[in-house]
Parts: sequence; C-alpha cells; structure tokens
Amino acid sequence: MDLTDHAEHRQFREEVRTFISEHRHLAPEDTAHSYRLMPRPYSEEVQNWQQLLVEKGYANRTVPSEYGGFGAEPDILKSKVIADEFFKANVPQGLYSQGISMLVPTLLEHGTEEQKKEWISRTIRTEVFWCQGYSEPNSGSDLASLQTSATEDGDDFIINGSKIWTSSAHVAQMIFCLVRTEPEAGKYDGISYLIFPMDTPGIEIRPLQTMTGHPSFNEVFFTDVRVPKSAVVGGRGKGWKVANSTLSHERGMLSNANLSHERLQKIEKLLKREGSDGRPIGENAPLMDRYIRLQARVQGMRFHEMRLISDAAAGKPRGLGDMVCKLIGCELNHQLDGLAIDILEEAGVLYDGIPSIELDGIWQQLHMYDLGLIIGGGTAQIQKNIIAERGLDMPREPRPAQG
Amino acid sequence: MEFGLSEEQLLIQESFRGTLERLVNLDSIRAVSNGAQSMDKTLFAELADLGMAGLLIDEEEGGTGLTLFDAAIVAMELGRSIAPVPFAATAVMAPLALKLAGSDAQRKEWLPKIAAGEIIVGMALSDAIHGAKRGASVTAHNNKLSGQTSFALDTAEADALIIADTESNLYLVSTDALGLECTHMPSIDGTRPLTDIILKDVAAEPLGNGGKVHITEIINAGRVILAAESFGASEEMLSRAVDYAKERRQFDRAIGSFQAVKHLCAEMAAELQPCQALIWYAAYAFDSLPEEAELSGLLAKSHMDEIGRFVARTATEVHGGMGYTDLMGLHFWFKRIGFNRAQLGGPEKLRALAASLQGLTGSSATSHQTAAAR
Repeated sequence: MDLTDHAEHRQFREEVRTFISEHRHLAPEDTAHSYRLMPRPYSEEVQNWQQLLVEKGYANRTVPSEYGGFGAEPDILKSKVIADEFFKANVPQGLYSQGISMLVPTLLEHGTEEQKKEWISRTIRTEVFWCQGYSEPNSGSDLASLQTSATEDGDDFIINGSKIWTSSAHVAQMIFCLVRTEPEAGKYDGISYLIFPMDTPGIEIRPLQTMTGHPSFNEVFFTDVRVPKSAVVGGRGKGWKVANSTLSHERGMLSNANLSHERLQKIEKLLKREGSDGRPIGENAPLMDRYIRLQARVQGMRFHEMRLISDAAAGKPRGLGDMVCKLIGCELNHQLDGLAIDILEEAGVLYDGIPSIELDGIWQQLHMYDLGLIIGGGTAQIQKNIIAERGLDMPREPRPAQG
Repeated sequence: MEFGLSEEQLLIQESFRGTLERLVNLDSIRAVSNGAQSMDKTLFAELADLGMAGLLIDEEEGGTGLTLFDAAIVAMELGRSIAPVPFAATAVMAPLALKLAGSDAQRKEWLPKIAAGEIIVGMALSDAIHGAKRGASVTAHNNKLSGQTSFALDTAEADALIIADTESNLYLVSTDALGLECTHMPSIDGTRPLTDIILKDVAAEPLGNGGKVHITEIINAGRVILAAESFGASEEMLSRAVDYAKERRQFDRAIGSFQAVKHLCAEMAAELQPCQALIWYAAYAFDSLPEEAELSGLLAKSHMDEIGRFVARTATEVHGGMGYTDLMGLHFWFKRIGFNRAQLGGPEKLRALAASLQGLTGSSATSHQTAAAR
C-alpha cells in the first residue's frame, strides 16, 4: 500500500495542475452535479472546452492519433490523476455521452478501419452526437429478445420496429442500434449492431416525458428505414457480443465515486446552515447519523475505486470488485439526494428554476434522475444476477428452451 | 500508487491463512467456546512463531517492526478462521501503548516478552472509551489504582493489564497484584471472554509519559483491527453461504439458482467489497496519514459493524435451518462479528464521534464520551 505518486505521475500531476490554472477561464461555468444533466445539444463553450481537452490529452487520451485522439499509452493512474485534479479544481472534465463513452470504445474494439476513421475523431470532438437504440417496448432487461428487424434487400437492410428510452434521439445525428438480421438464428446469434444517420427517411421520434418533467428520453419508430450493409459493426449476427462490450463501458461510466463525493461535499455545506428551528442542523443527531453513514459509504466507494484502478494498472483481470460498482454506486447517489432533501425540510420540495435558492432545487431532480439510473443501464436486479452468476459463480436461473 | 497488498504482505497473508486453516477447526473453537480452555495455547504459540505477537514491535525489541496495515491483514485472517486466541489488545493496543507512551525501561522490560508470546497483556479502557461513570471509575493516588473498569479485552490468560483511569492515563498492573479482583464474564462469543475488574489500592506503574496524549491513537488502532477481524469473518460467512447455496437442492434445483437466494448473496458481496478498501485505507492512514487516521478508523469500524451485522444474519439465513444449528458452527462467525461490533464503541457512538471530530455537530454538542476519548 503506497498512495504516493511515483516520479512520473508526480510530474504528470504538475502538468495537469498547470494546464488547469492556465486554461480554467475557458471552462464552462457550473457543470456542478455532473455532465449527466448537461443540456443538449452542447453549447459552443462546452464544445470548445471538450476539443481543448481532447487536443491536450485530458479527454479520451488513449484514442490513437490516427483517429483524432491524443494517442497516449493506456495508463490508468494518469487517467485517475486527471480525474482527481479536475475534480479538486472544480473544473469540468471530458464529456461523458453515449457516443464518447460507449460508441467510441466499441468502434475501437470492433469497428472497421473506415468506421474508425469516419466517426471517432468527430465524436470525441462533439461534432457528431449519438443516441443508443437498444431497449424496445418488449425487450428491457431481456434485451436479447429484441424484435426490431433488418431484412436484406440487395446491398441494404430495411429496418422496421421501435426503440424506447432513447435518450437524446431528438438531438442526435447518429444512432448505434441493435437489430435482428437473422430471424432464423438463435436468440443471441441473430442480432447485428448497426450505425446510421437519424435523418434517414422512415425514422420518427416521439419525446417521452420522464417523472422529472424533462423530455430526456424518446421513443423511436422505424418504418422501412433503408441502411447500407456497411453500417454493421463487428460482423453480421455478432451484435450481441459487440453490445455486451458496450454495456460494460456503460456500467463503468455510471459508477464514478467522484460524483458521489461531490454530492457529499454539497451536503456537508447544507449541514452547516441553520435548520427551520434556528439551531444548527448539526445538532440534529438523527440527520448527522445518516450523514456519517453515507460518508462512510462514499469513502468506501472512493477507496474501492482506487483499489480497482490499482489492480487494473497491475494487469489484474476485472472481477467481482468491478461488478458491484453500478449497483452500490447508483443506490448511494440516490440515498445522498434523499438526505439532502430531508436536511432542507420544506425547502427540499422546491423544484428547479428558483434562483433565490440556488442549488437547492436540483436535489429533487437528482433524486428522481438517480432512481432512473438504478433502473437504467441494467436494473439493480439484473446487476445482482451478474454479481451472483459471474462474480460468485452461482448457478444460473434455468432458461426456457431457446427458439 | 499501489492500493493493495505488497508481495511481502501477500506472503504474510498466505502464511497466516495456511497456519490457521491447518490448526483451527470447529473442535478447537468449541474447546474454548465451551470453557474447557481459556484460549488455544498451541495455536497462539504457533502464531507467535509466525510473528503475530510482535507485528508492531520494533526489531531491536524482538518484533518484526511492521505496520498496522500488516496487523490488519493478520486480523482479517484471524476473523476468517475465528481463531480462539487474543490479538487486538495483546498484539496491537498494548504494544502500541508501550511503544508510544512507555519509558525506555518499560519498553525494554515488556516488549520483548510480548513479541515472543511469552506474556499476554490485556487492555482495560472503559473509562477512556465511554467516559467516567459515577462511583465506578478508576482513580489513581500515588500510583495506586482504585475503582472499577469493565469489559477488558484479552484478559483470560493475561499476565498484566494496561488500565486507563478517568483521566485516560495508562497504568501497567500485574494480574496477581494485591487488591486486584478479576471477574471473567462469558460473552456471546465464547472465544472472547470479557473481564470486570475491581481495584482496591492496587500497585500500578504509570506508563512513562502518562499515555493520555496517545489514547485516541491506541483506541483507533484497536478499532481498525476489530473492523478487519469482522471483515474476515464476514467474507468467510459469505463464502460459506455461496457454497451451501450451490450444493443444497430443493424443488429439483440448487437453491443458489433461485434469485431470492442468489440476490441475498449478491447483496452481501456488493456490501463487503468496499469494506475491504475502507479498512485498508484506515490502517494505511494510521501508518502514513496521521491527520486522516482517527476519522478513517471511525468510519471504517462503524460501517463494518453495520455490514457485518447484515452479512451475519443474511449468510445464516441462506443456510436455512442448518444455519441455526450448533452442528454447522456458523454461529461462531455470527457471534464474533456481534462481539466486535460492541467493543471500543458501537457504530452509533462512533458516528457521533465522527460528526463531532469534523466540527459538524454545532457548538456545544460535543458529548462527554467525545471529550474522554480524545
């Protein structure tokens, strides 16, 4: 156990600090409460900041230079240095989005040379914005049962069906989408992963208002949508494998202890206020007890992530430790939001857009949004299956005979 | 950055795990638990040969001069096996007390014997942990102690005790001193008896510099060790629950294939994973980040106490009726986890201390316990 930087990382940390102090005036204001709630499409300021980070190697730093990245050797400890220094300086880091965080790693792993050249550079620079077409009305946790079909017609596929929970479909130029190309093949073998433009004729987008009051999701309907066969990523009928590699990126992305730490720090500030009885909130022993309980959990997640990063740097394979992050990280954030709301008492129910209370209004939105994240990206119950079956090697639920 | 065990620490872990697997079994645990023996002396001697008693004692005083992090690794293995031997007091808190507060002469006299496993030193800190109790506290006059101190640790075969008075000053007392009356009390964990101590003008030797300024550090080290022990015990309970759920069949299926059962196991695993890093960090902070040490210890033990209780009941539940039997012996793990939870401050007390330590509890909210434990 040695948490000090080695010389190379110490020097790198200095470089990152210097970059931040020299460029922070260019950083977008208030991206507090994470990139997740960043309004889309991105402002020019956000795009310029992202492009600067890509150019200097502080976002997507391992993307090879021939695809527009910085081309750094993978060094997870340097990635952590970047994340921690940006977090400490309260300066926004490289963007997370489905295109940047899910499609790009997938193309790097499974894409053709042409696909990589065409899309990666433009995606990480926010010139192209993507949405994800995975879930369907009848295929949620059982994603592989998806029915959206792509039938062969010469050099093209003709797509019919619908997708749901497609966040940002209304602002995306491109979609990465799972479709059934081989209806006669088995459940897992007939799926292909396609990428195509959202302005292709035959695509209809209907916004789906969520409980937060924001239309952050959509339903997407495909009627005879013609897409060239060259849109397949990773080979026909290989889409399930490709999608699973993408999902593992999503799971990694959703659990970021710095986000929980950020919430905790904001709650600590709330605790120093006066309660409605005029006494310091800190004198409210039950609230303090809840706060310290969650503080221990946040610390646990932070150190757990450090351990996983350290293991990864040492070349150890991913395992049980990685599988638990989504489940406990999302739950923890939801609990933190709930505590903040309770500390604020009546003011806790105020909703967004009330300038006099500044950030208070965000907590109710986060409380619901984080509940959405407990469900999305593989529900908590699916996560428990993964932990038990893959992490603890417990027997699978018997599956009905597969057609 | 390296967050985890070094090569040497993996070797320490392996050697203790191997020895404990070889020498501890349900019979040896029962022999202590049912009172036939006060501790497993053979095991203690073997573990002392591996360096267990002198982990924190410098090499020139016969120990191995290692860190609390190393001691936490050993504690995890002791918890995993429910080793019926003393550890937290005699191998961690007492050596630390002597090292930090003892005079040169006291260090030379006591530490080599502790390191060799020749003597056992118990710790009686109830006044320092809970604050002075009216009419039942330990007071010192002219190096004579009088009063009462309860729930002392590692006292069953102790040759000497380190006792805190109401001022949190520390004293060495021989267990055969005149006027000392020890009443051993059975606890839920039969391998961890507690001792109630009544002192009437007992000759005591104050630790060189009084010890008061180090009391928080000593107690913090003990908390980290108890958390580590509970972590090891909890991991073992989870592992047994998973194994049982894979073997046990009902409705023509392994019960582990039912989500109702496997989700319990997944929840235990998910809760336990971060505990390890939290405890490692607390031990590392004790060794290397003094400004973070106390808070890290409070968070680590209070959280492990809660997760330990959850795992102890849930792993028992996964075993069905068998988990409730004495036959299977799973209850020894359940009981060790429950025992550790209550020692050196339970989770509510530790969280109140953590809030106060961070200046979050308002101006006058500092409890008497807090004042005493600092």
